[in-house]
Amino acid sequence: MEVLGHFNYWVVVVLMMIGFYALIARGNLIKKIVGLNIFQASVFLLFITLGKVTGGSAPIIAEGITVYSNPLPHVLILTAIVVGVATTALGLALVVRIHESYSTIEENEIADMDREP
Amino acid sequence: MIAQFPALQVVIPLLGAPLCIILRRGALPWLIALLVSWAALAMAATLLSQVADGEIISYALGGWLAPLGIEYRIDTLNAFMLLLVAGTSSAVLPFAYKSVAKEIPQDRHYLFYSGFLLMLTGLLGMAITGDAFNVFVFIEISSLSSYAMIAMGRDRRALSAAFTYLVMGTVGATFFLIGVGLIYAVTGTLNMADLAERLPPLYQSRTVLAAFAFISVGILLKLALFPLHLWLPNAYTYAPSVVTAFLAATATKVAIYLLLRFGYTVFGAEFVFNIVPASEVLLTLALAGVIIASFVAIFQSDVKRLLAYSSVAQIGYIILGISYANVTGLTASIVHIFNHAVTKGALFLVMGCVAYAAGACRLESFAGLGKRMPLTMAAFVIAGLSLIGVPLTAGFISKWYLVLGAMEKGWWPVAAVILATSLLAAVYVWRVVEIAYFRDAPADAPPLSDPPLALLVPTWVLTGACVYFGIETSLSLGFAEQAAIQLMGGG
Amino acid sequence: MKHHLIPRVIAKLTIPGILLFALYVQFHGDYGPGGGFQAGVIFGAGFILYGLVFGLENLRKVAPPQIVTAFIAVGVLLYGGVGVVSQILGANYLDYDVLSAVDHDGQHLGILLVELGVGITVAAVMMTIFMTFAGRLR
Repeated sequence: MEVLGHFNYWVVVVLMMIGFYALIARGNLIKKIVGLNIFQASVFLLFITLGKVTGGSAPIIAEGITVYSNPLPHVLILTAIVVGVATTALGLALVVRIHESYSTIEENEIADMDREP
Repeated sequence: MIAQFPALQVVIPLLGAPLCIILRRGALPWLIALLVSWAALAMAATLLSQVADGEIISYALGGWLAPLGIEYRIDTLNAFMLLLVAGTSSAVLPFAYKSVAKEIPQDRHYLFYSGFLLMLTGLLGMAITGDAFNVFVFIEISSLSSYAMIAMGRDRRALSAAFTYLVMGTVGATFFLIGVGLIYAVTGTLNMADLAERLPPLYQSRTVLAAFAFISVGILLKLALFPLHLWLPNAYTYAPSVVTAFLAATATKVAIYLLLRFGYTVFGAEFVFNIVPASEVLLTLALAGVIIASFVAIFQSDVKRLLAYSSVAQIGYIILGISYANVTGLTASIVHIFNHAVTKGALFLVMGCVAYAAGACRLESFAGLGKRMPLTMAAFVIAGLSLIGVPLTAGFISKWYLVLGAMEKGWWPVAAVILATSLLAAVYVWRVVEIAYFRDAPADAPPLSDPPLALLVPTWVLTGACVYFGIETSLSLGFAEQAAIQLMGGG
Repeated sequence: MKHHLIPRVIAKLTIPGILLFALYVQFHGDYGPGGGFQAGVIFGAGFILYGLVFGLENLRKVAPPQIVTAFIAVGVLLYGGVGVVSQILGANYLDYDVLSAVDHDGQHLGILLVELGVGITVAAVMMTIFMTFAGRLR
């Protein structure tokens, strides 16, 4: 039960490793950004999990409810999601421009072209 | 009015950025950026004079008091960093007018200045806030805008450099975010001062250890400590000249400030140096960085890249001072943050002048520049001497304190390494000087002369500062010492 | 998508609903779940759907890029302006209490305006991102 009780945290760790692996091992720039996104999503999940209070309801005041989940991590992650969207948009914009000027989005091919200017 | 300065310090640059987008005609965006930056400098100077006697200013955003609300907290170190950031941008922006006009297409100027102000907002925010999550937000504001600014470089390699920086920078910031989440999980607070009170009983907790590891690796990525510096050389080499000068002088320096703030204030020196072997780790990495990056710098054929590797080495010196874990070492680090910012700012502005006149910063294109651009190259020589650490320049002061700190610890080999690597710095500066002064320009070279005054004056202001802060040290050294004592005293 | 009748009809039917829902999320944000970020994204999504179905040219006629870019700045200025107004009225930055003398009214007014600023900026940014990427393809 101990292991299953931490189910969310296991998901966080697995997602984090998948994202990080894709980020490091993939040469395709789009796949790198996908990896980055998965990596960030795992951190969002970590924060949301931290905010859960056992038996607590959504943090909106309602009659007959006394236990609420902690809303602070939600708000923090809302900000972090917006940051993540901005990063993704900027990253993809860079990829588009890299494709326009290098005609490839493979990391090793770009490195080869950079070496012989 | 002055009571509102902590908020205005960040808000004015933040509101200047959209103004640049609305008033995009002609030179207006540049003018807005310049005025905003000078206003920020005036406010930073006022704040520094207010905390000069050791007082701490606390400002509650939205009227929500700490630890619930976001607090802006200014002690000597904060105010010192604010002055450094605002001062550099104020010196660099007058330079930007002509340099940007030459390097960036006219229809993107308003975006450039808007991005520049956002970068300034982020860096000022990182230096002023007393809230751990707020730090993350400001890191991302400054990083996202700096990725975009680097991508504005003329060379297509600027794009791949910006992409690499984006990936590594985002990983660093996300690591930082994980760490903040973990300390929030064990303490339930995000306010730095509050964290400092709640963490000591939890020093043996594995969560706190993991949080410290994530936060420090995240910050070390952003400050480009060897071997996490891989994004830096290309980013500095291919970014527009103004951006390189501003980033080299401030971005990594503010990240070092964060390391100090989290190391000393949030986690506490006791935890960092006695429970975690931070001193040994930082010492090893710093020495490796100083030696290897200095050697690599010697073999570069692009002067901008040479200076970028030299930056990695200089960051090594700063971290070296932190690893001493004594007041002298810490003073040396903080004063070197300042002195190196001034020196590198001046050197990269010289690169901007050369790029403006000659179009490139390749080593061979420096041939004969000593005669053809005498004022520009004279600035290079003086700032170069400061980079080496020759007496009567700013660089000497910080290296002197670094050696003093090493001797206080009895670390003679470290002092020897500092002296030896200063010789390496002399070698790479000399390579440029030799080509500029003792090699004649090729016969078919186009005629060159010093760039217009709009470029020379800012360059010489920073070059003059290299000498000024080598002689009159009460501003740099005085405040650095006070900040070091405040940090060490658990403040 | 000129010859695809079904998407065009569906889009025409749903876009008003999407925009209306965005406004609900926007202005109900201080009482229930919602707020500027979500509303801005929904509002932007309405326009993006229009762009996907009826083409970029038509979207540019409905939402000229110059004006959309200006709205990015307007939203940020509205957000920051509320803070500066509260400073002029003698309180700290973004302290809404001084905006109205009546109990809590200031807080309502303040958060409404700030979230409106956020919503405008987010919607404009979403549309700009879409138009920029779509415009690059040709």
